[in-house]
Amino acid sequence: MRDVSIIGIGQTEVGEHWGKSLRHLAGDAVLAAMRDAGVERADALYVGNMLSGELNGQEHLGALIADFVGLRGIEAVKVEAACGSGAAAVRMGYLAVASGLLDVVIVVGVEKMTDQKGPVTTASLAMAADAEYEVVNGVSFVSLNALLMQRYMHEYGVRHEDFAGFPINAHKNAATNPYAMFRKPISLETFKRARMVAAPINLMDSSPVADGAAAVVLAPSDVARKFQPLSVRIIGSANATDALAVHDRRDPLFLSAAALSAQKAYRQAGIGPNDVDFFELHDAFSITAALSLEAAGFAERGRGVYLAKDGEITLGGRIPICTFGGLKARGHPVGATGVYQVVEAVLQLRHQAGPNQVKNARIGMTQNIGGSGATVITHILAAEG
Amino acid sequence: MAIPQNWRLQNQRYRLTGEVCNTCGAKLFPPRDVCPECAKPAYEPFQFAGKGEVYSFTVLSEALAGYEAYEPYPVALVKLQEGPLVTAQLTDVDPQDVHIGMPVEMVTRKLTEEGEDGLIVYGYKFRPVLKPAVNG
Repeated sequence: MRDVSIIGIGQTEVGEHWGKSLRHLAGDAVLAAMRDAGVERADALYVGNMLSGELNGQEHLGALIADFVGLRGIEAVKVEAACGSGAAAVRMGYLAVASGLLDVVIVVGVEKMTDQKGPVTTASLAMAADAEYEVVNGVSFVSLNALLMQRYMHEYGVRHEDFAGFPINAHKNAATNPYAMFRKPISLETFKRARMVAAPINLMDSSPVADGAAAVVLAPSDVARKFQPLSVRIIGSANATDALAVHDRRDPLFLSAAALSAQKAYRQAGIGPNDVDFFELHDAFSITAALSLEAAGFAERGRGVYLAKDGEITLGGRIPICTFGGLKARGHPVGATGVYQVVEAVLQLRHQAGPNQVKNARIGMTQNIGGSGATVITHILAAEG
Repeated sequence: MAIPQNWRLQNQRYRLTGEVCNTCGAKLFPPRDVCPECAKPAYEPFQFAGKGEVYSFTVLSEALAGYEAYEPYPVALVKLQEGPLVTAQLTDVDPQDVHIGMPVEMVTRKLTEEGEDGLIVYGYKFRPVLKPAVNG
């Protein structure tokens, strides 16, 4: 097995792209990543996407996008794992290069969510859950997370406003990210006054529906420097699963797939949570951020929420998270999110994060969650040299 | 969900029929053929009593498409007496009165309809356990 490095990154602004179709968004990100890497060809293209069939009436994205960016003829395929599709595609690219079968692989995550009205998008997102035993009962994706948040507050004696630090931190970091959807800070008052979506989850606990695409170019580490002086090495990559439905999990308040995926990645990288300089986690909802911090080993059970309350997740804190705004404020174009996280981690490790720079960042971790916790993909990245 | 998908779940929707693992005795709902506790085959049908308590709940202020008529409606994870958790709507209750630990029982209710002229989908919901009337 070979070491794999990221030699190019590209991203589009996250937001409502009324003038751009899915193929244009994906194309923008892929071409930017190829320019950044200085490559004109690749052996394969893996596309992370969840909902193109439902929302855009378009499947078969591998061939569509490969042709659109001038790579007609190469191997190309779509990878789907709900909101974890992006990082699942990165891992497929990693496996392909690590195996020695392919050399240069492009991975793009893309989602075009604003083509449909709200209720259609909400119903489509619910397809990440169990259609026969969750969704048919009128359960939306938000409400599954609300069930977790309610139980968490009950079991650990936590108040709703204790979670405020998550969206406040996310919005603060997004304010200086030119690619973020919401580039303005929010206050505790804004959080407390926000409209309820599924109690206790309100609008400020929730990441937004958005369009966007992000891409990376992967190559064997031994030749990475030939392309890119600032290449970043993937030192851990893992995908783990849990039961699809919340009610089928052994302990709903413990994201066991997140724990398993993080442990596998730590083991491969030969590090532990204390060695991680920043963590791009999956804050689809503020409860998800708390549960992720616990599962990945940054807090005891029931204590993840206090990292936000005590300011330990800020850029200068013990474990900075969502350094460019996270899902909450950069935005959450679902199948693209996992690739955005990796692109942002690369910016941190290249020390190109500008005002969002985590000082002396050497090792970063990204974790992308599919559904309410059923598929979790973790990557650990390290600056080269 | 399409008509055949709903039809084939009739034993689960109307009767809460699950399975029991003959190896370790775990009661399983929904049925799944391989026991998640011991990974041995589990094909033996098991009839749940339909009683349990609220493990967690939420109230949807933004309904899923097809469920707008019920908005706002409470949804719960119900811990059945026999062990499993079930996701279901709560009914016959003011959302304000729902609390964790509340005893509930299964009833059969309309869940949704497939379009204006379409199939009515029935299934389980849970209501607060009825109390016996007190004399005098």
